[in-house]
Amino acid sequence: MNRLPLLSIMTWAPFASALIIMFFARRRPLLVRWTSVVGTGISLVASIWVYWTYDRAAAGFQFQEAFPLVPSLGISYLMAIDGISALMALLTAIIIFAGVFASWTTKERSQEFYALLLVLVTGVFGVFVTLDLFIFFLFYEIAVLPMYLLIGIWGSSGDIRPQGIFGWAMGRTGVGTKEYAAMKLTLYLLFGSAFILVGMLALFVATGSRTFSFLELQTMQFEPALQTWVFLAFYVGFGILAGIWPLHTWSPDGHASAPTAVSMLHAGVLMKLGAYGVVRMGMGLLPDAAVDWAWLVGTIGCINIVYGALSAMAQTDLKYVIAYSSVSHMGIVMVGAATLTPTGLNGSVFQMFAHGIMTGLFFAIVGLVYEKAHSREIFKMGGFGAMMPGIATAFTIGALSSLGLPATAGFVAEFLTFLGAWTSDYPWWLFPAVIGAFLTSVYVLRVAGQIFWGPKAPDPHFQHLPDAQGPEWAALGILVFVLVLFGVLPSIAIAPVDTATGQLLLRLTGQ
Amino acid sequence: MGLQAYLTLAAIVFCIGLFGVMTRRNTIGILLGIELMLNSVNINLVAFGRYSGDVTGMVFTVFTICITVAEAAVGLAIVILLFRVRRTVTADHLDLLRG
Amino acid sequence: MAGDGTLALAALLLHAVAFLVLAVAAPLRRLGRPAGYVSILCAAGSLAAAVLSWRAHAGEAISRLVWTWLPTEGQTLATVGVLADADSTLMLTLVALVALLVQVYSLGYLSDESAPALGRYYAYQSLFAFSMMGLVLAPNFVQLFICWELVGLCSYLLIGFWYQRPAAARAALKAFWITKAGDVGFLIGIVLLWRHTGTFDLAEMRVLAGNGAIPLAGLAVITFCIYLGAVGKSAQFPLHIWLPDAMEGPTPVSALIHAATMVTAGVYLLHRTDWLFALTPDVLAIVVWIGAFTALLSAVLACVQTDIKRVLAYSTVSQLSYMMAAIGAGFSAAGFFHLLTHGIFKALLFLGAGAVIHAAHSNDLTDMGRLARRMPQTAIVFTVGALSLAGLPLFAGFLSKEEILGAVRAGGFTAPFAMLILVAFLTAFYMFRVVFLAFFAEPVALHAGAPVAAGVGAHASHVADAGHHASHAAAGVAAHEPHEPPASMLLPLWVLALLSVAIGVYFTFVHPEPEFTSPAWLMPVAVGSAVAGILLAWATYQRRAIDAASLAAAFGPIYRSALARFWIDDVFERAYLLAILGFSRVIGWIDRYLVDGVLNMLSAWTVTAADDLRTMQSGRAQDYVYGIAVGLLVLLLWVQFG
Repeated sequence: MNRLPLLSIMTWAPFASALIIMFFARRRPLLVRWTSVVGTGISLVASIWVYWTYDRAAAGFQFQEAFPLVPSLGISYLMAIDGISALMALLTAIIIFAGVFASWTTKERSQEFYALLLVLVTGVFGVFVTLDLFIFFLFYEIAVLPMYLLIGIWGSSGDIRPQGIFGWAMGRTGVGTKEYAAMKLTLYLLFGSAFILVGMLALFVATGSRTFSFLELQTMQFEPALQTWVFLAFYVGFGILAGIWPLHTWSPDGHASAPTAVSMLHAGVLMKLGAYGVVRMGMGLLPDAAVDWAWLVGTIGCINIVYGALSAMAQTDLKYVIAYSSVSHMGIVMVGAATLTPTGLNGSVFQMFAHGIMTGLFFAIVGLVYEKAHSREIFKMGGFGAMMPGIATAFTIGALSSLGLPATAGFVAEFLTFLGAWTSDYPWWLFPAVIGAFLTSVYVLRVAGQIFWGPKAPDPHFQHLPDAQGPEWAALGILVFVLVLFGVLPSIAIAPVDTATGQLLLRLTGQ
Repeated sequence: MGLQAYLTLAAIVFCIGLFGVMTRRNTIGILLGIELMLNSVNINLVAFGRYSGDVTGMVFTVFTICITVAEAAVGLAIVILLFRVRRTVTADHLDLLRG
Repeated sequence: MAGDGTLALAALLLHAVAFLVLAVAAPLRRLGRPAGYVSILCAAGSLAAAVLSWRAHAGEAISRLVWTWLPTEGQTLATVGVLADADSTLMLTLVALVALLVQVYSLGYLSDESAPALGRYYAYQSLFAFSMMGLVLAPNFVQLFICWELVGLCSYLLIGFWYQRPAAARAALKAFWITKAGDVGFLIGIVLLWRHTGTFDLAEMRVLAGNGAIPLAGLAVITFCIYLGAVGKSAQFPLHIWLPDAMEGPTPVSALIHAATMVTAGVYLLHRTDWLFALTPDVLAIVVWIGAFTALLSAVLACVQTDIKRVLAYSTVSQLSYMMAAIGAGFSAAGFFHLLTHGIFKALLFLGAGAVIHAAHSNDLTDMGRLARRMPQTAIVFTVGALSLAGLPLFAGFLSKEEILGAVRAGGFTAPFAMLILVAFLTAFYMFRVVFLAFFAEPVALHAGAPVAAGVGAHASHVADAGHHASHAAAGVAAHEPHEPPASMLLPLWVLALLSVAIGVYFTFVHPEPEFTSPAWLMPVAVGSAVAGILLAWATYQRRAIDAASLAAAFGPIYRSALARFWIDDVFERAYLLAILGFSRVIGWIDRYLVDGVLNMLSAWTVTAADDLRTMQSGRAQDYVYGIAVGLLVLLLWVQFG
């Protein structure tokens, strides 16, 4: 059968539409948007198709496409997916498709905005579907770099008072401005990718057989000493993107300053890139070190959960609350992965998906609320539920998923992670994880209650606010639907993921 | 006269040129210093060519002279433009690249 | 056909259908009353299916339908489905019945609501009924927990139905958080139990327990954790504080969720897993003691409330604790029996109170009086409910309450037994205080001195439905002339009242054989204490032979503490403000100014260093030539002499 190169189509469709936008859609804003919709729509269809036709019985890597690029160095254009990456690609497609709708009202330089966004998405897809380490790194950088421009140009600045023993330093670096946030995020992530590059090159050299192919590297046994430090390099490098404590501080500032679609994509998908990297590269290539370092990954994950939740509670800016909640939820991803149990790892991957959708929804809503009320100050707003019932309902569903309420995707992820934690070598991880879920219910419902389900704020600006309109509904509708669908029928996600995690763990635990 | 003498002459001319480049305040003076340094190199090339019986040194020198002319022309053009814009050709005042 | 659980499944799914229709079809929902009709229609069908299912499973018949919900390692980790047996279908019938009656009642009670709000209300109601039935029929702990949380969600949504009132918004959050705190324990318990037994399935686990295959070591911790979930949901001390505040919701909601069904989920859970708890007698003893203590505490609190709904709320806490005590004593059937009768008559009492509030436009007992003249039917059914709660013969609560007392005594818990007898007395007293003050006595405001109002100051701010209805009254609707409620409200009241009497009469003459023997003096003592309570209430509030103020003064410290709700709410509020919010501020500050501060310090250092270094770049070309020349010289010297 002459099969379509689905993975390439999925990856390059946004890039192609970015080119079309730059060359043909100058000063035609509506054309820019519809081109984006079509481009990401193709990706979405392709990813759903791949996901649906993925052969669960056969498992392993499927839909392979390969041709050599630099044979002398063993670099090839190698694409394939397994259960984990199929779910991640689906997540990416959903988020960007919704994100295009959510940023429909971007006014300034919308052509460049959409083009950059789409290039970035190509990078994200590429990371998830490629199996060549060199190409992986290439895509990884494509996914990270446009962020600088997107935040620096279209971002928003906040106001943070310098305080404490490092107050002098904050004044110097311009904390709170969008330029600061963009620079911080970019430097942090590039710092991380330096570690990744070193780790990859170390593995390349260690093989001696001149190949960057994941499939070949996977079959090799690396020296324990090499594994130990390369795993650490991967953990730090990818972990920065996944927001591990204490290297997470780029995330709140970056997400708070970024424009809506960028926050959605960044918190929803890019942070998952980090976690995916740890699981795929760290655990997949370095099984012995993954077992040795599990205690570190899981313990820091626990810190993330509780620390992120408490930090989120302390914020007064809506975007910061959501950003810190991402830090907290990524902790669950990390704990789940570190359990090295099938349930835990399934939970971890599912949490990547669930959190991606939920946080995408949150940022979309924050963007909508800001656009209508021109405020992100939680305690100045109030009683919006009556004026914008649709947005309020969507936010509440997101909040419920965030606190792990059953019938939303968040519950399944957390529940599996809890089960995994208790059956792992470090059962005490269960308790911070559960407490984190409780703290989440406190801060997230407090915010929902304050902004939407409470008495009206006295501010005259907030007396007549419209609900979501037109394309904005599309963004909310898609995300809410997915969130509930995967919460009610989790097996449609878990079944393919399960085939991949089983194989991964087989190598890890050695049975 | 042996090769030694030509090389000594070239070294002296080079040092004069370098001294000019380092000490002159006038940009045109610096340019002249640079020309001197280039010509000292030419002397070396010709001398080595003559003593080793290889014509490459001579050919190379012809090229260098051509390039020196072009360089002098460009250099003087820059100086004239500078003078038009800044009303000065004193090197100490031209510090737009200060950190 | 009927025996295989499909009927029970149908009863469950009908509500799901109603919810989905209302959730997705927004235009229908915004119509209000038609949305209600859809919901009521489904609820009626559901009741029919539930009753049939109950008849089919009346004996030993058990049917089980399960589907894989969550796979792992290529196998089934968790399932969803229905487990229909005698207990679950009986409970199912109760839920279906009360849900239907409450939905009908709400048509009248909430007739002033705007159409979209009414549609939203019925959507929540359907979701609740679906979740509650899912909980009742759950074949395993996962589904149990899922539905457990969903009913909590519905409770949150419905308490906060009038979210624009600060008190309602606050009460909704409080209810959710407090029960969620208990659920933390429940969830941990489920996870631990799964590791302990290797399954979530109730039936499989029961077989294991029967074979003695569940290791006892560490089991007490697990059952205690599961019990914590019940403590939150069924409002046991110290997590009982959310239930009285939950009365900020509309009264029909209080009747359905916070009296008859959801709050009994904890009791139901313990009854459902009594074979598991039986393995850990220490935990059961804790259940009895906490139950008896909560019963007494909340009965005392009920005596000083002036808000009619709060009296009923504390009474619910007290009765739930009764059931808990019976289960703790090892006779969970007695607790379950009381759960069912209580579900009927407490729903009746709440709906009756709703009718009173609807008529009087106030929650406050001091605003009422002599309502029996204006609304005789309501007075009759309310009194029936009160008699049932007091546990008099011929009424529903009679035998179930006596069984609980007998069970606790047979379990060998003498002190809790004495506390429960005292509670029986207090129950009759506070219930008839309400009956007399609201329906028969002169309005307090007219009565000189108004001593009953002594406690008003502390609680005057609590106006649940009243504020809502008062606004309509102020709008000019036949101001302040109490009248009988419309037929849609009266009908459910009469159904419940007749059921209470029917059940009462049936069980007064047909004693089922209890699992334990009670002494002959138990029944007279129980009934006697109830009658004494009624008489005291009559003497104090109807005849005013005893001055209420001096009665209060006689119990000085207790009375004053009770007015402050024994400061338990304050403790929780402090804990919330200091331990959670305060600590979060500290962490937030640390993150922004220390963790991030180190980073900023590093980057500031980099900037400073660059600032210092850049002075080397003078911009003068000749300086660079000097540099080159010197470098060249050094290099030459190094080559020569180095």
